[in-house]
Amino acid sequence: MTGDAPALLRRPGEAAKPEAPAFGPAVIVAEHLTARFGTNTLFRDVSFAVKRGEVFVILGGSGCGKSTLLKLMIGLVPPAEGTVSILGTDVWSTEGEARLGLLKRIGVMWQQGALFGSQTLLENVIMPLAEHTTLPPAAREEVARAKLGLVGLSEAASRLPSEVSGGMLKRAGIARALALDPAILFLDEPSAGLDPITSAGLDELIRDLSRSLGTTFVVVTHELASILAIGDRCIMLDREAKGMIAEGDPRDLRDHSTHPTVRAFFRREAA
Amino acid sequence: MAKQAQALTGLEMRGDGAGRAALLSGRVDTEAAARLWEPLMAEARAAKGLVLDLSKVEAVDTTGATLVLTAEATAGARIEGASPPVLAVLDRVRAALAAPRPKPVPYRFAPITGIGRRVVEAGRNALDAVGFLGELLVVVLATLIRPHRLRFRELLRHLDEAGTRAFGLAVLLGSLLGVILAFQSAIPLRRFGAEIFVPNLVGISLLRELGPLMAGVVLAGRTGSAYAAELGTMTVNEEVAALRIMGIDPMALLVLPRVLAGMLVMPVLSLLLTLAGLIGMAMIMGMLGFPLTTVTQQLAATITLGDLLGGLFKSLFFGLAIAAIGCRAGLGAGRGPRAVGDAATAAVVGGIVAIVLLDGGFAVLYERLGL
Repeated sequence: MTGDAPALLRRPGEAAKPEAPAFGPAVIVAEHLTARFGTNTLFRDVSFAVKRGEVFVILGGSGCGKSTLLKLMIGLVPPAEGTVSILGTDVWSTEGEARLGLLKRIGVMWQQGALFGSQTLLENVIMPLAEHTTLPPAAREEVARAKLGLVGLSEAASRLPSEVSGGMLKRAGIARALALDPAILFLDEPSAGLDPITSAGLDELIRDLSRSLGTTFVVVTHELASILAIGDRCIMLDREAKGMIAEGDPRDLRDHSTHPTVRAFFRREAA
Repeated sequence: MAKQAQALTGLEMRGDGAGRAALLSGRVDTEAAARLWEPLMAEARAAKGLVLDLSKVEAVDTTGATLVLTAEATAGARIEGASPPVLAVLDRVRAALAAPRPKPVPYRFAPITGIGRRVVEAGRNALDAVGFLGELLVVVLATLIRPHRLRFRELLRHLDEAGTRAFGLAVLLGSLLGVILAFQSAIPLRRFGAEIFVPNLVGISLLRELGPLMAGVVLAGRTGSAYAAELGTMTVNEEVAALRIMGIDPMALLVLPRVLAGMLVMPVLSLLLTLAGLIGMAMIMGMLGFPLTTVTQQLAATITLGDLLGGLFKSLFFGLAIAAIGCRAGLGAGRGPRAVGDAATAAVVGGIVAIVLLDGGFAVLYERLGL
C-alpha cells in the first residue's frame, strides 16, 4: 500500500474521476449485493468497485442501508445475494487463516469509536500489534505512538476513552484501525456528532492519510460537507429505490445529476 | 504477503566503524519491521553515525517507517537513497513521532495520602448516602400527602420482578438450607441422643436470622444489582438528566417504586424461604425416623409468634436498605462502559454488608427489648 506512488503524488483537493489513471486496480469488487432482513429488503442488486488509493464514499439518507452495506463488505452481515471480494479474496467464502489474513489487511473505524474503555488510547492501539505481530514490546509502543501521532493524539496517549472528546475518540479509532497498516480503511460515519470545525479537521486527516500513506478509504457518511471534501468517488443508496441510484465524482453529481433524489440530497432540499 | 516480505525484505550490513552502513531492501512493512527490529536496533546501538541506505527499499508503511526513524534516532544515523514515495511516508511518520508526548506520571508510593484519600472518599460517600436518604424521606412524605404521585403501575411491575419472579429461587434456597441445617445439627446432637431438638435449633435459626438474611442475599444479588444496572444505564445515557430537566423528580419516578417494592417483597421472600426451610428440615427429620407431628410439636413448643414477627420486621429494613443502595449506586454511576458494572457490584456488595450490619443492630435491639 505504501508503494502507491500515484496516490502519494496526488495533490490536495484533486479529485480523481472513476476512470482517472491516478488510482490503481480495484481492491474491492461488490457484485449484485442484496441485503434483506426477514421480508424487508434494504437494497438490491448493488454493484461497484473501489480502486486502490481512492477515498470512496457511500452516501444516502437515513435508513437507506449505508452502514449495512459497510458491514456486509467487511463480513459482519451476510448478503442475501451477491458477492464481495476484497484484495481478490471473496469475503464470504473465506475461512480460517485466509480470513484472518484478510482481516489484518483491513481496518475499521466504528461510529462511536468502539475503543476499549478500560484501556488507554495507547493500549488500544497496541492491542492489535500485540495480537498479530512479533514486534518486541518496546517497538509496539513506539509504533503505536507513531499511529497516535499520525492522527494528532500523541499527548492524549495515556488517557482513557472516557477522558477524551468525541472528535478525539474518532481519531483514536482511526489510529487503532491503522495499527497494522491496512491496505483499506473503512470509516462508519466519521463526522457524526461532531462540530463543523472538528469534522473538517477529521476530513483533512482522512485526505492527509490517503495522500501520504496511499491507503484506500471507504467512508460511510451523509454529511454533505465531508462528502465533497474527501470523496474521490461515491455511490448513493436510496431507501425508496431500495438500491443504488448514482455513482461518480460527488462534485459531478452535485453539479450535473438529473436524478431528483440526488439533486435534492446535494442541494439539501426536502424530497 | 508474508512470504513476499520474507523473500524481498532484508538487512545487509556493510563496512566498519564510521563507514558502517545498513542496507535495507524490498518492502519494509509491519512484518519486515517485526523481523528486523531487534537486529537493526542492535546495530544502531553499536555503531554511532550509522548510514541507513534505503536505495533498495521499494515501499515502506508506517510501522516500517517507525523502525527506520527509531534506528535513525538511536544511532544518530543518516538516511540515504530513499525514493520520493518512501521519503513522503518517512516525513509523515517523523512529524507524528516528533509530536509532544504526555508527561509520564511518576509512581509514588504514598500510603499515608492513600489512606487519607480513601477516608475522605468514604466520608463523602457517607454524606451522600445521608443526603440520598433525606431526599427519599422527603419524597415519601410528599407522596403520603399526594398519593397520586406514586406510579402504581411501576410499583406493580417492580413487585412482580423483585417478588413473584424470585419466589422459585427463595423456595429452592430455603428448602436446601433447611436440609443442610437439619443434617449438620443432627450429627453432633445424635451423640447425645438429642436429635429431637433439631427442629428447635433449625426453627429458631431460620425464623430469627437465616430466613431474613438469606432472603436479603437473594434480593441483593438479584434485584439490587438489577436496579443499579438499570438506573446506571439510564444515568450513562443521560436519561436521568433528561428527567430532571423535564422537571420530573427521579426520586419519585425511579427510586420510590423500587424502594417500596423492595420493602414489600422482602418479608414475603423471607417468610417463603423460612417455610421452605422448615419443610426441608421436616423431610430430613422424617428420614431420621421422627414423624411430622413430633416435629410440629417441637416447633410449637420452641418458637413464638414474636420470633416470626421479629424476623419479618427486620426484613422490611433489609428490603429498604438493599433497594436504596441499588438505586443510589445506579444514579451515582460514572461515565464509560465500566460504570454500569461498577454500580452493580457496589449494589450487591453494599447491600449484603448493609443487611449484615442491620442484622447485628437488630440482634442488639431485640436483646435489649427482651425479645
